[in-house]
Amino acid sequence: MARITASVYTSHVPAIGVALDLHKTQEDYWQPLFAGYDFSKQWMKDNKPDVIFLVYNDHATAFSLDMIPTFAIGTAAEYKPADEGWGARPVPVVKGHPELASHIAQSVIQQDFDLTIVNKMDVDHGLTVPLSLMCGELDPVKDAWPCPVIPFAVNVVQYPVPSGQRCFALGQAIRKAVESFDEDLNVHIWGTGGMSHQLQGARAGLINREWDNNWLDLMINDPVACAKVPHIDYVREAGSEGIELVMWLIARGAMADVNDGQRSGPLPQVAHRFYHVPASNTAVGHAILENN
Amino acid sequence: MALDKPYKDVPGTIIFDAEQSRLGYWLNQFCTSLMKAENRARFLADERAYLDEWPMTEEQKLAVLARDLNWCMALGGNIYFLARIGATDGKSFQQMAGSMTGMSEEEYRNMMVAGGRSVEGNRRIGEDGDAQPHRQPQGAGSKKEGN
Repeated sequence: MARITASVYTSHVPAIGVALDLHKTQEDYWQPLFAGYDFSKQWMKDNKPDVIFLVYNDHATAFSLDMIPTFAIGTAAEYKPADEGWGARPVPVVKGHPELASHIAQSVIQQDFDLTIVNKMDVDHGLTVPLSLMCGELDPVKDAWPCPVIPFAVNVVQYPVPSGQRCFALGQAIRKAVESFDEDLNVHIWGTGGMSHQLQGARAGLINREWDNNWLDLMINDPVACAKVPHIDYVREAGSEGIELVMWLIARGAMADVNDGQRSGPLPQVAHRFYHVPASNTAVGHAILENN
Repeated sequence: MALDKPYKDVPGTIIFDAEQSRLGYWLNQFCTSLMKAENRARFLADERAYLDEWPMTEEQKLAVLARDLNWCMALGGNIYFLARIGATDGKSFQQMAGSMTGMSEEEYRNMMVAGGRSVEGNRRIGEDGDAQPHRQPQGAGSKKEGN
């Protein structure tokens, strides 16, 4: 059967993609950030998944105000990197896994989560920046991402976004769905976005290092409590765009120590943890958790 | 019965909820149109004429022409949509975010390198942090206006 062996958490700041694409990773400003992912790139090689289930948010790219799905699962064979206004990122096309994606869609909907199914969409920096951070720089034509990716887009642009509690429960449903797929597949689930940042108004540039690190501790060690953190705490403490962090709870909820809404058994191993300020307007957080 | 909107008391922050989205529908759809290269070129060639193709309010058009992102947001704009205007102008997210504070590009960048804006005094309207209404605009912007 398919199973989830690890979860990866990372910010997906667009400027990180720009720094990669313009080969600025060794500049003084960027070097400390990319150094935080050296371990992760090696870890990806040593623990290569068969499929990545990648939770991210679309930034008004595939979904304009025409349609705003709260949870959307990509079931397509491939996804092109989007032109977000600066031209498309020069990275490989993202190959999907239609069979597993369709299976998860059916199972999760039958577990009472009303997903939107997407057969055609481009993917923006929310999805491609985490892939670049974990896989390194790749040639858009000659190279390929290491494995198929199932994009899972969460609305965190138009309020109200789903609650941490809802995301945490959804992660549990996704794990059940994966484990009911017959083929032996090693699946990683990634939660992306965050950490503290605000891109608007007089409060733009807000960073809350202490809150971020306390939240990360809680997410790892007591996800049941972390899932209860209300929206307003994210907005007030981590900035209006810091609310993206609820997406990390989908990945955390899919880990083996979460059963029936409670934590049981040993905590996952923390293979890596990293925090850095700033990347453009944003605090960058990153962690890798492995199931025992 | 009123909806629960506990985020109304956060200073310097407009949460893009259904009400703002309704207000800014055409403004944001105009922004989305700038994801196509040919539309970016047409917009830059004659901004006013391009804006007049959209059923936006006159005030929304003026806010776009002024590149006043705070004004755009008050009229229902959302930063991820408004970013298409910045992209058309060749601006980064940092330049766009910084432009909403009154600080110069350098001042804003330096604030971020130094660890970002503190949350202290900026959690609720009525405190005394640098994002509070009575302390706007910030940095170089405050000097320009002679405050």
